[in-house]
Amino acid sequence: MNPVLQRLTRFVTARETGILLALVIVVAITTIVNPRFLFSGDGFRDLLLTPSILLLVAVGQAIVIITRNVDLSVGSVLGLSAYLTGRVFIDLPWLPWPAVFLIGILFGGLLGLLNGALVAFAKVPSLVITLGTLYAFRGINVLWTGSDRINASDMPTDFLALGTSALAGIPYLTILAIVVLVIAGWFLRTQRAGRELYAIGSDPSAAHLYGLKVTQRTLAAFVVCGALAGLGGVLYAARYGTVNSQAGSGWELDAVGAAVIGGVAIFGGSGTVWGAAIGAYLLLTISRALPVVGVPDFWQGAVVGALILGAIVLDRLLALRTARRLRDVHARERKEVTS
Amino acid sequence: MSDTEQHGATPALELSHIAKAFGAVIALTNGTLRLERTSIHALVGENGAGKSTLVKIIAGLYQRDAGDLLLDGELVDFRSTAEAKAAGIAVIYQEPTLFPDLSVTENIFMGRQPRGALGVIDRRAMRTEALALFDRLGVRIDPDRPTLGLSIADQQIIEIAKAISLDARVLIMDEPTAALSGVEVERLFAVSRSLRDEGRAILFISHRFDEVFDLCDTVTVMRDGAYIATSPIESTTVEEIVRQMVGRDVTTLFPKLEAEIGHDVLVVEGLTRPGVFSDVSFTVRSGEIVALAGLVGAGRSEIARAIFGVDSYSAGTVTLNGDLLRRNDPASAMRAGLALVPEDRRQQGLVLESSVARNATLAIRRTLAKFGLITDGLENASARIWASRLEVKTSALDTEVGTLSGGNQQKVVLAKWLATDPKVLIIDEPTRGIDVGTKAEVHRLLSELAQQGLAILMISSELPEVLGMADRVLVVHEGRITADVPRAEATAESVMFAATHSEAAA
Repeated sequence: MNPVLQRLTRFVTARETGILLALVIVVAITTIVNPRFLFSGDGFRDLLLTPSILLLVAVGQAIVIITRNVDLSVGSVLGLSAYLTGRVFIDLPWLPWPAVFLIGILFGGLLGLLNGALVAFAKVPSLVITLGTLYAFRGINVLWTGSDRINASDMPTDFLALGTSALAGIPYLTILAIVVLVIAGWFLRTQRAGRELYAIGSDPSAAHLYGLKVTQRTLAAFVVCGALAGLGGVLYAARYGTVNSQAGSGWELDAVGAAVIGGVAIFGGSGTVWGAAIGAYLLLTISRALPVVGVPDFWQGAVVGALILGAIVLDRLLALRTARRLRDVHARERKEVTS
Repeated sequence: MSDTEQHGATPALELSHIAKAFGAVIALTNGTLRLERTSIHALVGENGAGKSTLVKIIAGLYQRDAGDLLLDGELVDFRSTAEAKAAGIAVIYQEPTLFPDLSVTENIFMGRQPRGALGVIDRRAMRTEALALFDRLGVRIDPDRPTLGLSIADQQIIEIAKAISLDARVLIMDEPTAALSGVEVERLFAVSRSLRDEGRAILFISHRFDEVFDLCDTVTVMRDGAYIATSPIESTTVEEIVRQMVGRDVTTLFPKLEAEIGHDVLVVEGLTRPGVFSDVSFTVRSGEIVALAGLVGAGRSEIARAIFGVDSYSAGTVTLNGDLLRRNDPASAMRAGLALVPEDRRQQGLVLESSVARNATLAIRRTLAKFGLITDGLENASARIWASRLEVKTSALDTEVGTLSGGNQQKVVLAKWLATDPKVLIIDEPTRGIDVGTKAEVHRLLSELAQQGLAILMISSELPEVLGMADRVLVVHEGRITADVPRAEATAESVMFAATHSEAAA
């Protein structure tokens, strides 16, 4: 088979392609019902902009899930980081505003380090640890924020502009999210450390026997996930202009949902951040499309749920089919060898 | 032999007086082994002789408590498997350790993939190298497919490819042939010989003596965590090795009580589960203790599970006192009077967080309940009877089972099943992990139960236990019963011989 055709085949059969197709169909149908959904300045911008922050968080989540862990605290980390961003503008007005990005990323990374350390050293499943830190971080947020909230007037206009404006029709936020996505995707695919994350998630005890640095890599995955949620918090402040103590609550489920819809196996070892990113777009685009096509609000949760269940069932079916195919191929090869 | 003598001064790997304990359990007292270059060295011993522990110490998975480990004459300390690997030691474990989601190529090179600029993995070079490895091994495995779904044999080939690509000086194979067919074994041996001829030192752990004599040039025997002897293969015999493996006093350990042997209670006929066991037939009579002996993995526990109905079987029948038992129905097996004390009592036999009383009455909850309710009083009353009969040493019946010693835990499991008033007791490894003093007590109990007319089927990997307790010994080899030895004729040698020889089946 020639290389171009081979690449094309791989693209068409990739798990991510199916999700991309679903996204295209959703956009197409909604646009037919209401052309403004895509063919208007705001419509096109929102299509790209709305899922951008979730994309970042979902990429971090996917990295953690690939190692057979999960980080449920990302919504709380995002909320804390968003409020911190506002406080930095109010309390340290002399600081050049781009510095908040660094602060948000470091802060999120630190919270991720805490999660990772608890998981790696206390040997408690990450589901339990991060469920705990989900509430703990949110509690700290409520304690700190109280009934206060950050308003748009507290933040520099340049910073706020970043959250909504665009370069050649593509929002800055989306550009940033894609850059992060490309780097993460490249790293996971081409670097030894990236491949080891898959190995660890595929069989943790084999990874240990193999002599891989399981603890170190797991820790790093949580730090990256936290840092991306921290970055997401900064962008949240820029995008929405107001931050109260509930910012980002529920995002952890959207992030896990996006990763699962995008084909990241919940038991680790397979899937890509590309899938998770497309999953984030599909998840939020469907939520926005439903009212346009006339589906009442209260059905939205059910549709998202059906989407996640559908994705899981699809993955299971694909996995079973692959396993059967691999077994058959194998049996055939063995027959040839022995005969 | 002159070649060996040349290298005699510095063997590839030398272990002397290695000791290792896990808490109170002593796994190794004197691990001694000398691996020469250009040699395939067999390591043999009974289950629990300490072979696997020794391997894991060489691999850097466990750290030794005492003794010396010399690689090329230099003292080494491996704190992780990565360090041992970096030093040129490759280990192929009994169970292949592959990453099922990743491709065959990635599995071979994980952690040391060839890299180009920016640290980018050179997938093409990696693939070419994998193909070259398979060429050399004379196998055809698609390097791009995930390892999920590969047969054990091919998984092992990948492990070997891994070891070769590491350029390992020392290659350790822990029972690599256990899951292989004849052709696959031949292929493995051919590869092993060519690796040996390149000057590598190979350690081959196996229970199959025919293979040991076919492949190896030297053999070391271990017993009870200690080194016994090393001999060149041409100057020893199977009988000699078996004697070294089992050689110990087995006469006075377990005083067996004479029991009156009565009618057939459990009759198993033609029991077959393809790939696991086949055509298993035997009977156990009241008052009789029948031992299922054999090597770990021979299929003994699987036979027991099938009889009890936990696993299904494709052919054959199980009858208890003349009544046919339904397959795959443990509840009806229990009602009919069958009890199974599993090998892994902590996982399968007990609720560790619950009290002694609750555990002891677990199997009779339905009959114990009054109007659907169970009170502590009812539980304690029933548990007290059994706890005292079995002499469970605990201050109170509400003690958490998890805090008891292994021996007492085993008694609680026994109490649980005896409370159901069984006709047949199947007990898997009754004294595993139990200290020597308590072992004798468990044996006394079993003996007494048999005296009271219980039919007992005992699975045991400990030869002294088998020889000391059983009225009859059934030897299982690769899923078949290959010998039925009455007590009078059962010796360590005869049982071990049947357990390790495929020819005995024919």
